[in-house]
Amino acid sequence: MTWYDSLLQQLADGLVLGSFYALVALGYTMVFGVIKLLNFAHGDLYMTGAFAGFGGLSLVSGVLGAGWLGIFVAMLLAMLAVGCLGVVIERIAYHPMLAAPRLSILITALAVSLVLQNAALSLTGGQYTAFRTDLGFGGLSLGNLFISYNQIVLVATAAVLMIALELFVSKTLYGRAMRAVAIDKDMCRMLGINVSAVIAITFFIGSGLAAAAGTMAGAYYGSIWYFMGFLIGLKAFTAAVIGGIGSITGAMLGGLILGLLESFGTHIPFIGSEWKDVFTFAILILVLVFKPTGLLGKSEVERM
Amino acid sequence: MANPTPEAPQERPRGNPAQRLYAAFDSPGRRRALHLVLLAILIVTPWLSSQYVTVILTNALLYVVLCLGLNVVVGYAGLLDLGYAAFFAVGAYTIGILTQQFGFNFWAAIPFALLAAALAGVIIGGPTLRLRSDYLAIVTLGFGEIVRFTARNLEITGGASGLSHIPEPSLFGWYIDSSIDFYYVFAVLAVLAYIASQRLFDSRLGRAWLYVRHDEDAAEAMGINRVAVKLAAYVIGAIFGAVGGIFFSVNLGAISPESFSFQQSVLILMAVVLGGMGKIPGVILGAFIVVLGPELLREFDTLRLLIFAVLLLLIMLFRPSGIWPEKRS
Repeated sequence: MTWYDSLLQQLADGLVLGSFYALVALGYTMVFGVIKLLNFAHGDLYMTGAFAGFGGLSLVSGVLGAGWLGIFVAMLLAMLAVGCLGVVIERIAYHPMLAAPRLSILITALAVSLVLQNAALSLTGGQYTAFRTDLGFGGLSLGNLFISYNQIVLVATAAVLMIALELFVSKTLYGRAMRAVAIDKDMCRMLGINVSAVIAITFFIGSGLAAAAGTMAGAYYGSIWYFMGFLIGLKAFTAAVIGGIGSITGAMLGGLILGLLESFGTHIPFIGSEWKDVFTFAILILVLVFKPTGLLGKSEVERM
Repeated sequence: MANPTPEAPQERPRGNPAQRLYAAFDSPGRRRALHLVLLAILIVTPWLSSQYVTVILTNALLYVVLCLGLNVVVGYAGLLDLGYAAFFAVGAYTIGILTQQFGFNFWAAIPFALLAAALAGVIIGGPTLRLRSDYLAIVTLGFGEIVRFTARNLEITGGASGLSHIPEPSLFGWYIDSSIDFYYVFAVLAVLAYIASQRLFDSRLGRAWLYVRHDEDAAEAMGINRVAVKLAAYVIGAIFGAVGGIFFSVNLGAISPESFSFQQSVLILMAVVLGGMGKIPGVILGAFIVVLGPELLREFDTLRLLIFAVLLLLIMLFRPSGIWPEKRS
């Protein structure tokens, strides 16, 4: 394998990883946009989405099979279920805390994360659950380069979801309301925008996207467990920060950049794969310290 | 100094039973009597209980030290630290490496461990304390994970299996090795941590933290150096954590990266929040709940973590200032 092939292979793998990061990062950045909350539970919604997708697939696989069609329907079910869960979480846990000190709402978000994680731990006994699918191992071979069909479908699905989101936010009435709420909640209220409804929709979409990523990750990697959301939650947050938190395009960009960085980073001499996660956190800390607004974020003067 | 919040001064007796109980012991004389009684209980307990109970109580006292340390960061200065176990790890590993691999005497290694933790506090806190508080939370989380991954990947820290055969310390030829010995070591540490916390709370720095926590901009306008005051909290918290880690490593004689996971940080934070951020008796109570609770709920196995998580959520929603909240007039 020449260095050139190897480079392309890393690019393909990085894109897959980056798609997961981008989908999860979108939820972080959207929620942060409307209520300025760092939703620690977001990674666990991804995990819940993986389990919901698993449940959904066992429901529909009898009729539709466990191929891409079945997984796609299961993914939609998971998005719906986890989207609703996200709205419920916002109503119960975050809504009453919006006026409370920032420390309180951050700890509340952490508590929600722990509840989801430990509920999954209790239900599964901490074991890995096999996510069985009928996906093949076929793919395109271009010389030494191999790209599986699964990777192609996965990246394409992620791209479609992100384009749909971008259209929703930029073209529809609710998308416009969402952008307005992100800028000034009080003004929106005075203009007759139902701010609570907009926040609920934001949570629904953000959680749904995390669930989509969770289902696809489960199907792609073949196993799921209660702690799978922790690391990806942190990494997706890193992606959101790289892109500029609050910026939707930034989250997509940040996700892809982080996926590629990780994929290439592990092949730099002297940085073995065991340092991969350290590498990511180092990037997070460096970006936060030297460019907290990220690539596309707006600079913020407020200080809390 | 004036309290910047507009609350009216509370009349006594008022509030919940815990507050009333606390109010009853608010006079210096009664407080001294209470301290003496508690101290006596602390001294005689190991003679009255089984070895199992002594070991559990030793662990609870370790948590008292750690929780009081985190309380300086979270409760006093209002900074959310999700990677507190990192400082605990720095203390434990410094001792482990120096005594086991370089043949240092335990007592001679302690200053290096404290220095390493303080340095870690400055390195991570220095650049990040200027950031928004939620960014700080995630940076500390990332830092905690970096420390754990580093401990797992390096050779000098023993990799994933960690360090074992850490020699037990001796004091004037007397080896500290039995469970009762360690109980008393941690009892002394807990008492020292309690006194230090109380002194810090009453100090000029303690009042500066209160001010910064309530209104950063006003505090800065009054001439308080916001970043320096926060950094002080961070470094002091780091040193408390390192002290816990130092004695934790010699107590067990072996340490591994998994002792310093994110769950560990969360457990310590949970104790601080459950008991009441900023209030010393509350935090001590929280430490005991977090250690003794799982022992009492042992039959529930994995459910007990869920119970704790739900409890934390309920506390935040319905009693955000904890079981035994701060009352400062």
